[in-house]
Amino acid sequence: MTGRIVVVGASMGGLRAAEQLRAAGWTGAITVVGDEPHMPYNRPPLSKEVLAGKVPFESLAFTPKASTADVEWLLGTKVVAARLAERTVELDTGSALSYDGLVVATGMRPRRLRCPGLLGGRHTVRTLADAQGLRAELTRPGARVVVVGAGFIGCEVAATAVGLGVREVTVVDPLPLPMVGPLGELLARVLLKRHEERGVRFALGTGVAGFEGDDRVTGVVLDDGSVLPADVVVESVGSVANTDWLQGNGLDLSDGVLTDEHLRAGGHPEVVAVGDVARFPNARYDGVPRRVEHWSIPTDTAKHAAKTLAAHLAGADVELAPFAPLPTFWSDQHDFRLQSFGAPGLGLDDVRVLDGEPDGDVLVGYHVDGRLVGVVALGGQAAAMGAAKYRAHLLKQPALTA
Amino acid sequence: MKVVVDMNKCQDHGQCVFAAPDVFSMDDSGHLAYVSDPDDALRDEVEEAADVCPLQAIRIED
Ligand SMILES: Cc1cc2nc3c(=O)[nH]c(=O)nc-3n(C[C@H](O)[C@H](O)[C@H](O)COP(=O)(O)OP(=O)(O)OC[C@H]3O[C@@H](n4cnc5c(N)ncnc54)[C@H](O)[C@@H]3O)c2cc1C
Repeated sequence: MTGRIVVVGASMGGLRAAEQLRAAGWTGAITVVGDEPHMPYNRPPLSKEVLAGKVPFESLAFTPKASTADVEWLLGTKVVAARLAERTVELDTGSALSYDGLVVATGMRPRRLRCPGLLGGRHTVRTLADAQGLRAELTRPGARVVVVGAGFIGCEVAATAVGLGVREVTVVDPLPLPMVGPLGELLARVLLKRHEERGVRFALGTGVAGFEGDDRVTGVVLDDGSVLPADVVVESVGSVANTDWLQGNGLDLSDGVLTDEHLRAGGHPEVVAVGDVARFPNARYDGVPRRVEHWSIPTDTAKHAAKTLAAHLAGADVELAPFAPLPTFWSDQHDFRLQSFGAPGLGLDDVRVLDGEPDGDVLVGYHVDGRLVGVVALGGQAAAMGAAKYRAHLLKQPALTA
Repeated sequence: MKVVVDMNKCQDHGQCVFAAPDVFSMDDSGHLAYVSDPDDALRDEVEEAADVCPLQAIRIED
């Protein structure tokens, strides 16, 4: 096979795409373009071990596979535009790359709060540079930290900060409970209690109206006008897909790149999307396309997308069953782990304790029409192993639409 | 094929057990145990296990 595949985004999704293209038999050229200066590295430790200073950066790098030895890496290089009709992408260096196949693996960037003024001391956590910058500020004696957003990353950062001995850590969120969106009320209540017992404070049911301070933040103004003193602010209020460079090509970019059941972008069989940026229907569930920001997804999508793309470029039909991954998520906070399999978010109206009890290790099941669609464990290793027991069961369930 | 797990990195997520049950297992207390010199026929499974390890603690040495 000759020709070139360009992969845009040099993180986990981009790396896995390159590896899986080789595994799928693509012997042509592969060029991976990434705007960070680093080779692909593992992000989950950024809000945990890296922030806590427990692991050096070198240990985050993915180990390259022999099959990717001849892949060309254009690092520190941003793709600024794509012309899909002409099969080229434009780089910020001013040059252009032409391709036969294109893999979109540009992931997400943190959403920022739209409060006026650029103030020092406001952080997000997505890249290594972000985590290192935040760590430097958290370890200043007496720092008071306000985390805006009680989702996964906000809760992880708050837990890590408490572990670092930060004097005051407060999490603010307009919702009444942490992580209530993805996990539902039952577990969210348990989480709130566990965080509070370990020293995290919460200001829930309130948004952020603005910040106080001149060149550096000194306080966070809440909706009711009250002010939380703060030396460091972490904004963990969701993320935005990096698709600006794809504008103007007629793709549906309303939330990531909309794909079909084989991860192909609309109308372009030579363009596939992988990782956080892909909004795909999951044949396991209801066929509604969704983005899934879980660590397991770059690997799962890369496998399927690489087969799709390699077959197309070889002029063959795509003979794959529709993509149907089992989403898998974990989150380490304080001394406990959340372990999730399946799609708990679809079954929030029918949540039942399957094992254990809220005060100890607990395993919770999420159902649609009485059918189990997801499990989440909260607690120690026994709880995670309990969840794993349901994994095989979830894999065997018929599709929700069946 | 030689399998090496960096036990300093391993946090007992157990994802490798799903990918390569013939090579990786969890003991009764939830800690990882593994076969360090599995049959070469299991290479694909082990590669999958290495890919899905959240800590990237699994290495294959030929
Ligand atoms: C702090 C943190 C903690 C996490 N913890 C967990 C966890 O505990 N459990 C879990 O399941 N998941 C976790 N995740 C989620 C998981 O890390 C992501 O799902 C995964 O990183 C997605 O990989 P990706 O390659 O799709 O996207 P990304 O990792 O976002 O990579 C996209 C890459 O593309 C680059 N890029 C963007 N635009 C361009 C452009 N125009 N040109 C060139 N390059 C570009 C970006 O700079 C980036 O390097 C965490 C994520 C973060 C940020």
